[in-house]
Amino acid sequence: MKIEEKLALDAFKTDNESHITINHEICRKRCKVKYCLFVCPGHLYTYNEERDEMVVEHAGCLECGTCKIACVEGAINWVYPKGEFGVQYRLG
Amino acid sequence: MEKNDVVIVGGGLSGLACAYKLAEKDLQVIVVERGDFPGSKNVTGGRLYMMPITEIAGDMLDGAPFERKVVRERWSLLGEENSVSIDLTSENFRKKEHSFTVLRATFDRWLADKLTEKGIFVIPKYRVDDLLWEGDKVVGVRAGTEEIFANVVVASDGVLSFLGEKAGLKPKMDPANYAVGIKEVIELPEEKINDRFNVQSGEGVAHLFLGDVTKGLFGGGFLYTNKESVSLGIVVGIKALMGRTPGLEAHTLMEAFKERYELKTLIKDGHLSEYSAHVIPEGGLNGISRIYGNGIILTGDAAGFALNMGVTVRGMEFAIASGIIGAEAILRAKEADDYSEKSLSSYETRLKETFVLQDLQTCRNMPAYLDNEVFFDLYPRSIPDLAEKIMWFDKGPKERIGKTLWDNMKASGLLSLKSLVELYRIKNL
Repeated sequence: MKIEEKLALDAFKTDNESHITINHEICRKRCKVKYCLFVCPGHLYTYNEERDEMVVEHAGCLECGTCKIACVEGAINWVYPKGEFGVQYRLG
Repeated sequence: MEKNDVVIVGGGLSGLACAYKLAEKDLQVIVVERGDFPGSKNVTGGRLYMMPITEIAGDMLDGAPFERKVVRERWSLLGEENSVSIDLTSENFRKKEHSFTVLRATFDRWLADKLTEKGIFVIPKYRVDDLLWEGDKVVGVRAGTEEIFANVVVASDGVLSFLGEKAGLKPKMDPANYAVGIKEVIELPEEKINDRFNVQSGEGVAHLFLGDVTKGLFGGGFLYTNKESVSLGIVVGIKALMGRTPGLEAHTLMEAFKERYELKTLIKDGHLSEYSAHVIPEGGLNGISRIYGNGIILTGDAAGFALNMGVTVRGMEFAIASGIIGAEAILRAKEADDYSEKSLSSYETRLKETFVLQDLQTCRNMPAYLDNEVFFDLYPRSIPDLAEKIMWFDKGPKERIGKTLWDNMKASGLLSLKSLVELYRIKNL
């Protein structure tokens, strides 16, 4: 089963405004490894080569915070989604 | 401005337990939760051990919606294509209230409802943005333009504890001190679970997996049976994941795990109903920051109260106990009308007298010991291989078991100086 299909099973309330912002300057210049590309359990990070910047699909965020911890350069600014938004686990 | 006695941020187990204890006295308590309902942002493996908290929790967990009582403990070492398992069961597990599997969305919500009966209502969909200060004292919290003032702020805001950071109690999170858990809840009919796991109704299994499940990285797999589902997942150290070359996409571990022969028949025809992820504190005692300050205490995951003992992983009973002990410290502070750091230090003093800080103290060397490839790579690769060679009968005559054992232990590295030293270090745990 693909990761996108798994995420589609979860209940999300998506805010138009992302709770994850990326400082592209830091991301481009300081971060060599780009850990966020593979540590995210939702596989939500991709690198857009054309625009030369990291892209994150905040809508599928499981709110674990792994990317925030792994982004040791501090390019990822991650806060909780506003009340009412984000993933709503029905089982947990 | 109206000042409350306590504002609790986070309707998880530690926050709810804290409120439950405070409800015994006539205090003005506010509990806020950012999710739609308490439990909606929470994830466990998982199971709750009852014995450590039976006394401290009093009637709090009477009638709790447990999934199954764990009567079988299983561990497996997974090689690439083979595995060795232990299956432990005991009358004690069956007769006593030892440990139970739970699902947090159900469990936490139930506890919050019980709290409502005591007169404390959890305000949902409420994200706290910041602390309110008066000099060097925390005096409340801010959410958007709203301010809630209180004598004590209880930061029960989970492993990422933004409030702990803002209070200057919790340092920036070090990847070495945290693991990420990825979990799937797979629905199966109750009867099928009973048959496949060799348990009766109401009884269940806790199964941990080491080795190939994390491709040799710090961590492991888990399986817990619920009433009509199994919780299947992977835990992997964030630092270990970051250190791996080539990079390994964390989510792919889950699919590979489910493809294992050992798992396939257990979850066959199961219906995946939820995919979740959560970070787990893995630093043990050394990963715990300061847990109290002027007008604030940290409880549960926010304080780093979780313990990986290698053979089992614990967190929820630490959360419940710390919430209750936190409440007791607050009650003492109210009596003295003193909410300073010094006054609230009784929280830590009391925790040291209970399993919360005692077990963490006892296991303080565990994280360093577990940060070791012998557990996650050498043993899972070589022990199943060794067992397989002993059990294998080929065309020619069988060699002496002693020779098979010795030759293979030597060849696999089990007898290398390095692994013998590791074995010797067990005594320090």
